[in-house]
Amino acid sequence: MVKDEEKNETSFSRTQRQLVVPGETIISGEDYLPGDGAYRDGDEIVAGRFGLSEVSDKFVKVIAISGTYQARRGNSIIGTIVGVTFNGWLIDFGGSENAFLSVNEVPRYINKGELREHFDFGDVVVCKVWDVKGRGIDVSVKMRGFGKVEGGMIVKINPNKVPRVIGKEGSMVNLIKDATNCEINVGQNGWIWVSGGEIDNEIKTKKIIEFIAENATTNGLTEKVEDFINNLEKKK
Amino acid sequence: MTAKKSEKSLYEKRASGRKVDEIRKMNAKVGIVPSADGSAMFETGNTRAIAVVRGPRELHPQHMRNSETGILRVNYGMMPFSVWDRIRPGPSRRSQEISKVAEWALASCIDLKQFPNAVVDVFIQIPQADAGTRVAGINAAAMALADAGIPMKEMVSAIACGKIDKTLVVDVDKDEEDFKDGEGSTDIPMVWTSRTKKIALLQLDGKISPDELKSVLEIGKNACEKIYAVQVESLKKSLEEKNE
Amino acid sequence: MSESRVPNLQRERIIEYLKSQKRFDGRGLKDYRDLKVEMGISKNAESSCSVKLGKTEVYAGVKLGFAEPYPDSQDEGTFMVSAELSPMASEGFDMGPPKIDAIELGRVIDRGIRESGLVDMKKLCIKEGEKVWQVFVDVVAINDDGNLLDVAALACIIALGNAKLPIYNEKENKIEHELSKDSLPLNKDALAFSMTFHKIGSEFVVDPTTEEELVSDYRLTIAIADNDGKPRITAMQKGKEGAISQEDMEKILKLAEDKWTEMFPKISKLVWGK
Repeated sequence: MVKDEEKNETSFSRTQRQLVVPGETIISGEDYLPGDGAYRDGDEIVAGRFGLSEVSDKFVKVIAISGTYQARRGNSIIGTIVGVTFNGWLIDFGGSENAFLSVNEVPRYINKGELREHFDFGDVVVCKVWDVKGRGIDVSVKMRGFGKVEGGMIVKINPNKVPRVIGKEGSMVNLIKDATNCEINVGQNGWIWVSGGEIDNEIKTKKIIEFIAENATTNGLTEKVEDFINNLEKKK
Repeated sequence: MTAKKSEKSLYEKRASGRKVDEIRKMNAKVGIVPSADGSAMFETGNTRAIAVVRGPRELHPQHMRNSETGILRVNYGMMPFSVWDRIRPGPSRRSQEISKVAEWALASCIDLKQFPNAVVDVFIQIPQADAGTRVAGINAAAMALADAGIPMKEMVSAIACGKIDKTLVVDVDKDEEDFKDGEGSTDIPMVWTSRTKKIALLQLDGKISPDELKSVLEIGKNACEKIYAVQVESLKKSLEEKNE
Repeated sequence: MSESRVPNLQRERIIEYLKSQKRFDGRGLKDYRDLKVEMGISKNAESSCSVKLGKTEVYAGVKLGFAEPYPDSQDEGTFMVSAELSPMASEGFDMGPPKIDAIELGRVIDRGIRESGLVDMKKLCIKEGEKVWQVFVDVVAINDDGNLLDVAALACIIALGNAKLPIYNEKENKIEHELSKDSLPLNKDALAFSMTFHKIGSEFVVDPTTEEELVSDYRLTIAIADNDGKPRITAMQKGKEGAISQEDMEKILKLAEDKWTEMFPKISKLVWGK
């Protein structure tokens, strides 16, 4: 986090965020550059969507706090196989179109007739987005840590809350893992795979994740989550 | 403000006791339909509208897709019990027309170029009506679109102005809409954009001089600023309020 | 085409949890979600309400009008329930196989109320052969998070129970825009309460969420009225593809009886306002 003490201009520190509505002026000044969710109108940088404005250095953007998932290259997403073609699979991940997983993007060689033996309808896969075109997104499971998951359950949250569930450098998701002894894989599309030995652990994890999603924009979230977890323990 | 009049108007005082530039009591809430991508309620007096946004999502039928940009699709309807004389369920010519003008009004402030082939569906439903339903619907829809995180250059706000005999008023209610004496009731719904201050919807039905119209546009613009304030407050509060 | 389905592992988990008598949202298998009722959704209706079970929400409104009676029932009023399940209320209403459609929903509720004899059709007659009251109950889905059938049916009877007749101006032969103090003529003893039971894996659940609904084998809706303190079934409807074994049928009937005994007094209060 770069502080602007050396500069003479008054500027927002990175942590100062404000809720803005479309058309609202975020900041004035020719030096500023509009980033994601913002645009320039004369001297002013204006909100181009409803969300949290963030000014860091010279860049002004509006962080989305609501809305559907928009896939980005490099995202890790979780989805369900809903279609099998002659050369790949179609995956539902909650987006406006299904993603396509080509038979070439799987680590093993697969015979054209054996696709369903590898991934079948209803299977859940963790995959990486490698191309986002106008016609749809392409995914891959070639890398380590990607592929089909077995057992466990899926918890769905609004994709904009995912960063809070992960936390800075994974701090939040690790907090949950420690508290519940569950394996957790967070998809950027808001689908989260949870797997624990005991049924109760998975339900507990689901409750914690949903709590975080509901309180995603509040301050002191980590403390609130810790309190919530303690209260869950007490209820047993 | 006073009405421009050469003779006295037959409707000097509003039946509701409101001032000519006074909007009925407003109320707005965001996020009322949990399964939607965005949703909102907006009411003025006894007219209430709810709007639900789903999208951007895949567009069917395929022939409607636009490979350059996503499209906006508005579906406006009134619930059968929203008015005293029950409305048969299903689309009517009136509801289809309103869907179209509402779509144009909302499309003026959104940008769907990053969603080619997709659609953003907006559903507007009226549970209770006392005139001004299309403008209440547009006010709710603008909030719902913002709630859904749709890229928007600015907000839009709507108001139904009127000329009741010779008196220019803001936020016409049903009694005023039905006023028959003198020059009767001229209904003027309009939508103003919040930042660029342009007119995104304008309809008129009745008798009015060009000068009077200019006055109406001005008082309508001022009224829309008040509507905008309510929309903004509700959007910003939506993070604090949790639906049970 | 953007398809969607419940993932296999999810379905397996739901079934497994149910075997241990647990549900994802922490409820027991026989528990309903929180019920919230708000009256007066529309001031222009003879009666209207919003009913929520958990996040599932439905509006219902009662409107009255005049009509000529049907030729085969010259001394009876008419009654109709219509349902609108617009894509507004759910992602699922636009794509994929419909869990339930508006027509089935409207007809099932309509039959349930009609066959129970709740509405006193003869008292709706104003002038035999010429003029009768027409009763419309319109149901609009606002948010679908499962069990729309039960929420909609409940909204209908609550709206009916609280409806007042508008003032009929006989001299001018018109209906005034004002409600009288007289209630809609209803047979209080005939009130039936509708419950839908879903079979998932080896268990039965009540008031399913969307996910549970999607994975159930079949659903059975049973409307039950009060016959001197004992349950009287007035309507039934089975839906979805699974088939009910006789053993299961007995289990469901027992479950229905128990739930009815538990819920009916509370439901009665909502409909009649104490």
